[in-house]
Amino acid sequence: MNPKSDLPQGTLDLLILKVVALGPVHGYAIAQRLEQVSKHVVQVPQGSLYPALHRLENRGLLASDWKDTETGREAKFYRLTGKGRAQLETEAASWERLTEAVALILKLSEGGAE
Amino acid sequence: MNWWQRMLRRNKMEEQLEKEIRFHLEQHSNELIAGGLSPAEARRRARMALGGPEQMKEECRDARGTRWLEDFWQDFRYAMRMLRQRPGFAAVALLTLALGTSATTVMFTLVNGVLLKPLPFPEPDRLVAIHGQSVEWNAELFGEQNVAYLDFLDCTRFNHSLSFAAALFNGATISQPGEPEYIDLSETSPGLFSVLRVPLLLGRDFLPEEDKQGAAPVAILGFSFWRRHFAGRSDALNSTMVLDVKRYTIVGIAPQGFRLFGQEADVYTPLGQDTARFLQNREMHPVRVVARIQAGNTLGEAQAELALIGRHLAETYKDTNARRTLVAEPLRPEVGDVRSTLWLLLGAVGLVLLIACANVASLLLARAVSRERELAMRVALGATRGRLVRQCLAESIVLGLSGGILGVLLANFGVRPLVSLWPGDLPRAEDVQLDWRVLLFALTVSVLSGLLFGIAPALRAPFKDVERTLRAGARSIAGGSKRLHSAFVISEITLAIVLLVSAGMLGRTLLRLASLDPGVDIHNVLVARTALSPATLADPAKTRAAWKDVLARARRLPGVLSVATVDTFPMREGDNEQAYWTSADLPPGDKLPFALMTNTSPDYLDVMRIPLRRGRFFDEHDDLGNTPVIVIDEVLAQNAFGKEDPIGKRLWIPDMGYASNVFEIVGVVGHVRHWGLAGDDQAKIRAQIYYPFSQLPDSFIHRWSELMSIAVRTEIPPLNLIAPLRSELKGAAGDQVLYNVHTMEQLASDSLSRQRFLLLLFGVFAGLALVLACTGIYGVLAYLTGQRVPEIGIRMALGAKPNSVIWLVLRQSLGMIFVGVALGTAAALAAGRVLQQLVQGMQPIEISTFAMTIPVLVLAALFASFVPARRASRVDPVIALRQD
Repeated sequence: MNPKSDLPQGTLDLLILKVVALGPVHGYAIAQRLEQVSKHVVQVPQGSLYPALHRLENRGLLASDWKDTETGREAKFYRLTGKGRAQLETEAASWERLTEAVALILKLSEGGAE
Repeated sequence: MNWWQRMLRRNKMEEQLEKEIRFHLEQHSNELIAGGLSPAEARRRARMALGGPEQMKEECRDARGTRWLEDFWQDFRYAMRMLRQRPGFAAVALLTLALGTSATTVMFTLVNGVLLKPLPFPEPDRLVAIHGQSVEWNAELFGEQNVAYLDFLDCTRFNHSLSFAAALFNGATISQPGEPEYIDLSETSPGLFSVLRVPLLLGRDFLPEEDKQGAAPVAILGFSFWRRHFAGRSDALNSTMVLDVKRYTIVGIAPQGFRLFGQEADVYTPLGQDTARFLQNREMHPVRVVARIQAGNTLGEAQAELALIGRHLAETYKDTNARRTLVAEPLRPEVGDVRSTLWLLLGAVGLVLLIACANVASLLLARAVSRERELAMRVALGATRGRLVRQCLAESIVLGLSGGILGVLLANFGVRPLVSLWPGDLPRAEDVQLDWRVLLFALTVSVLSGLLFGIAPALRAPFKDVERTLRAGARSIAGGSKRLHSAFVISEITLAIVLLVSAGMLGRTLLRLASLDPGVDIHNVLVARTALSPATLADPAKTRAAWKDVLARARRLPGVLSVATVDTFPMREGDNEQAYWTSADLPPGDKLPFALMTNTSPDYLDVMRIPLRRGRFFDEHDDLGNTPVIVIDEVLAQNAFGKEDPIGKRLWIPDMGYASNVFEIVGVVGHVRHWGLAGDDQAKIRAQIYYPFSQLPDSFIHRWSELMSIAVRTEIPPLNLIAPLRSELKGAAGDQVLYNVHTMEQLASDSLSRQRFLLLLFGVFAGLALVLACTGIYGVLAYLTGQRVPEIGIRMALGAKPNSVIWLVLRQSLGMIFVGVALGTAAALAAGRVLQQLVQGMQPIEISTFAMTIPVLVLAALFASFVPARRASRVDPVIALRQD
């Protein structure tokens, strides 16, 4: 069995927003951060990261600047816009509600539904 | 960034995307190298992790949201390339479309200018026309009426939601300065220009204190008249002119193109200064009223208030207003029967456009079939169906739009000739211009037609059986397209038949109408309105003498055979209708028959050569001292007396206004087609009564003299008589003028001008339709036959004769022609109904009309299919079999 699980639909955007919320960051760093933080449980398909970034930027949730990295290379750094922050809050809240609800359902004892 | 900014920065964004990906890959591989991998292996792993870079870039581009535009641009360029590769196809398609759209655009330009454009006043939607409406039995006959002057004055006094202005159309003779001339006069209330919100070009509007009897005479000049009679000099302002022996001071000049109720008056004078007695009579309704809804009020409020005033007037003036109401309706351009003519022509031209579309569609379809392999290849490479359909549509829309642009350019040259060809004056001709509405229309038409002719070929884009299509190669016999192709041919034939049969119907109608007997001998007759010297009009005795003098002078001229005065003559607008009965015991109003009244002098019968059936016509003994006499036509004789002899019988004409309204019938004459050749047979009122000028009471003389014409029978060409007649009739004061001069031949011909014009245009459209349909049939058969060349080769190799090959091809087209003719006949029957309703004098469709028109189309279609058939019969079997 593959110990890594695929991301549920739509959560990639939420995760990206959260990572970017911590401070301006470039695409490669986002990918790494996601893998590290999730202790390699969450498999981020790198191929879908950039389309997602571009989509979020296009929707005005992210903005970008070209800046130098610590190693002196020029990279595209993404940061959260005001609109992005609001979106992150609502999505995070709804995610929490959803997981709580799912957890409650899973905790039901067998036959306890009667 | 907007989508267009992103579009403009497309190249930069591509660069950045490339850079971003490269950065990612380098970072990743650097890290892997640091972890101990060889550089080559690190790069490989990094690339694996990221996935196919091109595919990912595609997804990023999709995310950018300019995708559709980029695709569109790509499709557009592709379409242009495809069209350039086949210049012959492109030229034929473009020409066909340009023809279709230009004809449609020209017709729409007219429809737009005449029917759709709002009136050229500010806030035209707040203007209303006020009508008096009779709730009496004759409401239907007389319809909406104008308004009594006193009622109008009461309206202005009582109403708060509307501001009113009135106009009375009249005529007058200007005798100074310049040549005497009879002019169109519009007597208006002060405030006409401010109600319409039209500023005067020079000077001022009438003042309220000038709108009274006895006030100083003032006038405003119409722009055209000012240009014509005063050479457009600005010192005409504050100068004076003499109109009907009164000296007027010119206080203003109206702006160019100013028209009210479709008429451009020569001179405006204050209505309140007119002393005519009929203006003080609430039973007479001569005034046209226009009003603007005041700010803050709605049409509904204005109508309600007006109805209230109408009711108030009905109660206050029971004798005159009891059965009348006042209504306000949005002011609309007055265009008469031009409306139906225009829609009819737009419909006809639309059919031509449809044929053009069918033509191009079948051309495109043929190409789509030959491109099937290419399209199948694209599907195999991953193109979606939507993408392919879009690409095919892009091509047809590019075609449609280019055709449309060409069409608009062509239309630009077509509009003026059509307007000048229009029979009579096209109302609002000055408003007929290419404007944004027309451009929008042309754009819509070309895009829609692009979609229309592009959709069938596009939907054929192969999706199933890709593999089979790819394998079949060029040898595939496109069975599916045959049905579509036949459908195009059939619809072209159907549409062409509708137009051909309509043209045939119009042609027959015109022939029939032209051969009708107008009831008068129209050759060598000149008719002209005659304005007596204004000085004579005040005194009835003088006026009678003046008319005698006019007749005597005209009769003396060389080339003149006989002369008569007449108030209304045939084939002209204008008539006087009176109810009559054969006894004093009158039935209720709605049962009374009506007749057309004509006032003439004794020689009228000679001038018009109207046959005398019984009794006599008028003579010098029929004067005021004798019994009032009339002469009736055979229609009235038949209606009122049947087989009895009407001579010596009497008619009661209750509303005549004579001291005694009983008249003795002294003669019966032939019927005259008063309403014109086209209109008379269906006219509501056909019976005719003639009554002599010499028995007209004094109180009638002034008004009748204003309407009188003279009719002259000549032995020389009548047009040659105009100049001598003018100078002979000038009178002692030199201010007696002829106007509205026509020959009866012109009038008879004008009474058919609408039918003739429709026939001309329908003929042109039918011709176009025929040519387009034939090229369409030719194209389709040439293509279908071309597809069958290998088959024909086999047949011939097996011994088929050329004739049987020709028959093989012709049979195919005969099938299509047969179905087309059947459908076309049904459609033409429906179209014939429409024509019958909209065009005067149209007879129901006849079998012979079909018999005359359909063979034309069938023969032309057979000829068009014969060419490819013959070519097929000459196929060399060896070459045919080796094809592919």
